[in-house]
Amino acid sequence: MEYVIAFIVGGIICVVGQIMLDVGKLTPAHVMVTLVVTGVVLDFLGVYDGFIKFAGAGATVPIISFGHSLYHGALQELSNTGVMGVTTGMFTVPAAGITAAIAFSFLASLVFKPRG
Amino acid sequence: MATKQKKGFTFKVNKEEYQKQAQKYEPKPKLLQNCLRAFWVGGSICLFGQILQTIYMSILNLSAEKAASPTAVTIIFIAVLLTGFGVFDKMGQYAGAGTAVPISGFANSMASAAIESRSEGYVLGVASNMFKLAGSVIVFGVTTAFIFGLLRGVLNLFY
Repeated sequence: MEYVIAFIVGGIICVVGQIMLDVGKLTPAHVMVTLVVTGVVLDFLGVYDGFIKFAGAGATVPIISFGHSLYHGALQELSNTGVMGVTTGMFTVPAAGITAAIAFSFLASLVFKPRG
Repeated sequence: MATKQKKGFTFKVNKEEYQKQAQKYEPKPKLLQNCLRAFWVGGSICLFGQILQTIYMSILNLSAEKAASPTAVTIIFIAVLLTGFGVFDKMGQYAGAGTAVPISGFANSMASAAIESRSEGYVLGVASNMFKLAGSVIVFGVTTAFIFGLLRGVLNLFY
């Protein structure tokens, strides 16, 4: 059942992105930025954790969860160490994704040639 | 030559009229078809993520929250690889937001910028252009998370 929910919820988020592209006439960059900011705001409102429990990867795989994970790490450190935690905790949760994306992309540029 | 204007040639239509005329010939995006494609491709990527997450949870004995990291890394790895082979672009043309909205789109934006900038060198090209699109995502994400984090800190003082 969790697979079905992940498929449907993930699909719906992508449809929202597609509508922003086609109807809102936004560029993909604007869509991604909007979704990330949305993720931060949703987590600020305390909604996103329940959403992840419900939808699993349907909520963690779309880019919205990048905003959620930034805010989430900042919040954890905020409660542990005080105000400076907002800066020290910012990248703790999405660290794996960011590191992997940078390293793999650079290695890919060594191996692959650009295509016309 | 290109900057020189031809004499005796003036546009008879103003900007707004031109836009009205041009709009008639613009291809109308097939909204329903695009949405269906985005839905099933994006949904499948999330379904794949859910399968990976379940596997990592059982193999590495992780909680669902912790398993999200290796899942994201795996999806990023596959997306970078597909970008390198030129497959991701074709998938993106078909699926639109279906491949751009999941974390794969983030990885693709970085990998394609990195690969295309090879000719400008590794320091000034690859490394500096890598964040051309991903940078805006990170900047906006971090700034809003910073502001809302501080706001939460202030709110915590009173509640």
